[in-house]
Amino acid sequence: MENRTDKNSYTIIFAIGMVIVVGALLAFLASSLKPMITENERLEKQQNILYAMGVNDNDDTSANFVSTEDAPELFGKYIKKQLVIDGNNAEEDDQAYLIDVKKEQAKAKNGETRRLPLFVGEKDGQTFYIAPIRGKGLWDAIWGYVALDKNMVVQGAYFDHKGETPGLGANIKQRFFMDDFIGEHLLSADGTFKGITVAKGNADPKNNDKTDNEVDAIAGATITGDGVTAMIKKDLRLYLPYFETLNGK
Amino acid sequence: MGKDSRLILDPLADNNPITIQVLGICSALAITAELEASIVMSISVLFVLGVGNVVISLMRNIIPSKIRIIVQLIVVATLVIIVDLVLKAFAYELSKTLSVFVGLIITNCIIMGRFEAFALGNGPWRSFLDGIGNALGYGVILIIVGFFRELLGSGTLLGIQVLGDPIEKTGLYALGYENNGFMLLSPMALIVVGIIIWVQRSRNKALIED
Repeated sequence: MENRTDKNSYTIIFAIGMVIVVGALLAFLASSLKPMITENERLEKQQNILYAMGVNDNDDTSANFVSTEDAPELFGKYIKKQLVIDGNNAEEDDQAYLIDVKKEQAKAKNGETRRLPLFVGEKDGQTFYIAPIRGKGLWDAIWGYVALDKNMVVQGAYFDHKGETPGLGANIKQRFFMDDFIGEHLLSADGTFKGITVAKGNADPKNNDKTDNEVDAIAGATITGDGVTAMIKKDLRLYLPYFETLNGK
Repeated sequence: MGKDSRLILDPLADNNPITIQVLGICSALAITAELEASIVMSISVLFVLGVGNVVISLMRNIIPSKIRIIVQLIVVATLVIIVDLVLKAFAYELSKTLSVFVGLIITNCIIMGRFEAFALGNGPWRSFLDGIGNALGYGVILIIVGFFRELLGSGTLLGIQVLGDPIEKTGLYALGYENNGFMLLSPMALIVVGIIIWVQRSRNKALIED
């Protein structure tokens, strides 16, 4: 006798039933957890921005954010202004940190103007200008926040990634890599925008020379490193006009 | 030795999923550049394979044989996505560490392999033990490979510099030792796995096929 589960009609009914059950389960779970996930992502953005300007719980070697409970309060305390740079205008907008850089990049591609968020923070009498950047690594998206002073010298950087290889490209969010950017200049000596290159075969692995526009690359993570170089060059260049007006040029 | 305990112990050595069954090789190459990633992956696979084997075993009499592979794939993908969503909502930090592994777990052939070879023909309890045993056997190899690749490739273990500082030239590096950058690349994982297979088969000749 033919087995019940070998029949075509059974197979089709089972397939349809399974798709409905699994689809409903996942849709229900995703929509009921959505508010919590969005809230976590919002707090993470605040933590990232604070991290870049040096408000963090770092110990000797590991990178730690301020706790999620403290993030909203510290964000209000340290971030003095949130700007949206649209063409030549800089407008204040206290929701600027929620701007989705990915969507804005897509807009720019379609010929629309891209809104550029910039966060002005103050700590110990020093002013930080923090800009979000986003680009492509080897497997998926990479992004980050870079804190600059008014001469576009890096004061702090935070990088993150969606799916870079653990142990290789994923190391861009390690302290040894992120800390190398501190003090690096984005501009060359004559004031043109040069960016920072993640360079292999760098003659300066201890990163003593801060004006060479280079940091040491990670072994085995060439494409992720190139992605970091590209997103810094592409996205931070857009802020150059604002920094020039800041310096009265 | 009881039949059930063999289900746990066999995959650890003489029926190891990686070195004998040659399952799960791709993830063993991809994520073993660091010991920590190896450990995280091992724990994740332990969970997914244990639970997945039980689910498939419970469903084994109602799964249509013509589409059983698709059904298995859906079960494992659903499980992993549920875990990922719950972690994102309640343990966000942890979910970020694990998100990289989600894709690797779904496509890990060790999971499909055990569903197909064992869970479809055995009861839930024995399938659970088989899942745990194979995940442990997989984890042991991952951790051995991760240990050697991180130690020889970066001179660190779990991120701690154990051989001295390569830039300041302290410890072993003062004697002229250099990290072997090759160890960080995937082909070296295959060579380390090859060495493990060689050691294992030279100790137990019964494992050598003609």
